[in-house]
Parts: sequence; C-alpha cells; structure tokens
Amino acid sequence: MKKTRALSYLSILMLLFSVVLSGCGKTATPTAQPPTPANPNVILATTTSTQDSGLLEVLIPEFEKKTGYKVKTIAVGTGAALAMGEKGEADVLLVHAPASEKKLVDNKTGINYKLVMHNDFILVGPAEDPAKVKDSKNVLEGLKAIEAAQAVFVSRGDDSGTDKMEKSLWVKAGIKPAGKWYLQSGTGMGQTLNIASDKAGYTLTDRATYLANKKNLKLEILKEGDAALLNIYHVMQVNPEKFPKVNQEGAKAFDDFMVDSATQKLIAEFGKDKYGQALFFADAGKSEAGLAAK
Amino acid sequence: MEQIWQGILKALQLLVTGDPEVLQITLTTLRVSGTATLISLVLGVPAGTFLALKNFPGRKVVLSIVNSGMGLPPVVVGLWVTIFLWRSGPFGYFNILYTTTAIIIAQAIIAAPVVTGLTSAAIQQTDPKLRLQIRALGVTNLQYLWLLLKEVRFGLFAAIIAGFGAVVSEVGASMMVGGNIKDETRVLTTATVLEVSKGNFDVAIALSVILSLLAYGVTFWLTLLQQQQQGE
Repeated sequence: MKKTRALSYLSILMLLFSVVLSGCGKTATPTAQPPTPANPNVILATTTSTQDSGLLEVLIPEFEKKTGYKVKTIAVGTGAALAMGEKGEADVLLVHAPASEKKLVDNKTGINYKLVMHNDFILVGPAEDPAKVKDSKNVLEGLKAIEAAQAVFVSRGDDSGTDKMEKSLWVKAGIKPAGKWYLQSGTGMGQTLNIASDKAGYTLTDRATYLANKKNLKLEILKEGDAALLNIYHVMQVNPEKFPKVNQEGAKAFDDFMVDSATQKLIAEFGKDKYGQALFFADAGKSEAGLAAK
Repeated sequence: MEQIWQGILKALQLLVTGDPEVLQITLTTLRVSGTATLISLVLGVPAGTFLALKNFPGRKVVLSIVNSGMGLPPVVVGLWVTIFLWRSGPFGYFNILYTTTAIIIAQAIIAAPVVTGLTSAAIQQTDPKLRLQIRALGVTNLQYLWLLLKEVRFGLFAAIIAGFGAVVSEVGASMMVGGNIKDETRVLTTATVLEVSKGNFDVAIALSVILSLLAYGVTFWLTLLQQQQQGE
C-alpha cells in the first residue's frame, strides 16, 4: 500500500516536471534558417480588425520568415494600441484612426509614419431595414434616420478606430446618440457584429471584418461608398529616442516590411480567394489626401 | 442546432487528426496552468498551514483577506500584473510581459488564495484533540506537520483541484498579460474568444469541448489519486 502511494506522489511530480521541462525545451528551439537579430521580439500593437479578418495570419509568418524576428501581436482597439505606443509598451503600431494618430506623429512618439492600406467602413443592418437607411442619400442621413426611428444601433464603445469613426459621424450628423436604442457593446468588431445581428440592429463596421464574419450574420450592407467612410491604416515605429527600451531594429524592419512591394501585393490579394473580393487596398507610397479625393 | 453539431464534429475532427495548432495550444494550456498550480501549492500549503495553526494578532483579518482572495477576479489580477510588468513598470526590466511566464505569474496569484484558504480550512477542521494526540507521540515539529498534512490529504487534493480549475478556466488575466499571441501565449480560453470574434463558431465550440475534456481529465486523475488514499 505504501508503495502505491509513493508511486502516485511520484507520478504527480513527474508529470509536473515534465510539463515544466517540455515548456523550457520549447522556448529553446528558435526558427532556425533566417538571420537571428540580437533582440528578436517585436511587439506589434494593432487593431482587432487586422487580426479578426485574418490578414495578420498571412503577413506575420512572412515577416518572421524573412527577417528572423518574432512578432508578438497584441490586438486591441486602435485607442488602446495608440496608448501602448504613447507609453513605449509597443515597438510598432498598425492602426486606423488618422485623426488620433496625428497627435503621436506630431509629438514625435511615432516615427516612420507610413500609409499602408485602406478599405472602407460600411453601415450594416437587418434586411428589413426598419429605419429605411437604404433610402437615405448618404451615411449621415442614414444615421439620422436610425435615430429618428429609434432603431437599435450597436456601437463598439471601446475607443477603437471604428468607434472613433462612428463617433465622428454622429458629430457630423449633429446627433448625440443616447437612449435605449443606442447600445455600446464594449467588444471587438467580430463580437459587435454578432450582437447587432442577434438584436436586428445597425452597426458601423469595417468591410474586412464584416466579410470575414458574413456567414454567421443576418446583416446586410445598407450604406457604402461615401468618401466619409474611408478606413485608412498606417504603420509607425515607436520612437526609440523617447523610449530606449523599444526594439528599434525590429520595429524598423516591420515598418519597412509593411510597405514593401511584395507585402503590398499580399495585402492586395488577401481575401480574393475566399470572399471573391479583396478586403484591403494596398496604398504604400500614396498620400492620404489622394485617397480621399478618389 | 446545426451549428452545435458542426462544432462537435469539428472538435472530433481536430482531436482525431491531432491538429498541430490545437495540440500546441492544449499543451501550452496544460503547461501554464499546471505550473501555476504547482507554484500556488508551494506558496499556499505552507501559508494555509501557518494560518491554521498559528495564533497571532490580525490573524482573522488575514484569513478573511485570503478567503475573499479565493474569488479574486482574474481581470483584476491581469490588470495589476500587466501594470507591474510594463516596460515602464517596476518589473519592466525582466521583459516578461506577453510571455507564458507572465501568465503563470498571474495564474499563480489567482490560485494561491484558493489553495491557502482550502488548506487552512482543512487543517482547522481536524479535531484539536487529534492534534494534541499527535503531539503527545513526541514527534518533532516537521513530523507533526507531515502527519497533520497527511491527515488532511483529502482537503489538500480538493485544494489542488479547485486551484487548477480556477486557472485553467480563466480568460481575463491570460488575455491581458499574455496577449493571446499565436504559438506562444495562446491558451484554450483565449483561443476560444478569438475564434468567436473571427466568427468561426465551429472551431470555438471545438476548443470549448477540448478545454472541458482537459479540465475534466485532469480533475478525474486528481480525484482518482485522492480516492486511492482511502484504503489506508
């Protein structure tokens, strides 16, 4: 009897140790061939849309293979991503709220600020369209119609790029959205779409996440194509002069990678096979003003 | 209904084919939560024993803090661990935010009060006369503790089970301090959240099934060990 008990204790210990050891072994095997940078870890703070749409799953492995860096992708809202940049907690940012980004560029927190790509925001809602958004002549009129009808609108409410865009549209429409009809989900785009679908409500979404989630949603595109709805992504490196701990080389490599012609081609092709249309338009080298004028 | 079936089928498919990514996430989960539980035991069992046996001023206050710590919300732990591990934070020097080490630390903090509280409760439940009797055998302090812990082994196993259960199921802290990084800090709970926001409900359901099986499997094994003790 004594023996079996000792054995059982031993088995606990062995399991725990093997678990711990297997972990140690794992971190010790790096991804061999490519160059091995001195500080291989790059922290990328980005928006949920680049992750939820699946784009990063295509780009990151490519970058890691090419450069030997290991990217730690922290997918949060753009607001949180910018805040991480402002504290020097991230090395490089891929974000989509130009108005808020300007602040970081101006105070030299973000350097090597480059236009990467764009897609557009769309106003989606139930097919029945109780607020008759489809008949309104632009997105602002559409929002006014939603408010007038007191139809359910689901807002991200998380200070993300999409949320910032949505808030700015309400301001332009001259409406302070509040009341029972205006819900704030406080979650990422994918989850917010699920909520809107479930509640037969409207929401503003980036096209990429909508297309990626479409199969589960009872939502249709009701308004699109307004110049006001452009969704522009920039990459920037967190300034190492301000934050000595950031991985300068790694951030620079990622910054360059995003506007590299091969990467831009990957971006332009992304989603075509699965959704029949590209989710992002590659824009490296173009100007933001040029995009808006188009 | 169909979605649920699809999810379960997907789970079976992932399990049977041994999908490398799912396997890797499962192993990470087991390693992280297992290590965290182990650490919480190392901290919690002595602390619980001490609290149960030693009388000192403020003991009830400490006990009540430990007891309320048993329900410590993982997001709260996640937030505070994040703040401490930031590059600009007090432990920024170690550069361990967004690694499995960070998750292990957070989870150990979550599990430690559970183990401490349950250990202490188990020991306090023993008959004081029994404790006196053990003492009367003329044992050394270490022998005394050993005999006492043996006496409460059922309670200790319950503490391990509860501690492991608390950490393997939490998502808030893992997400915050780990960052849900593919191939590194992605565990079953954070992967499930991600798949839901990507709209891949079948994969999410599959992951949830695997997580439940894993939690059940470990608990089953611990329960077997616990019950094995009965014969003695």
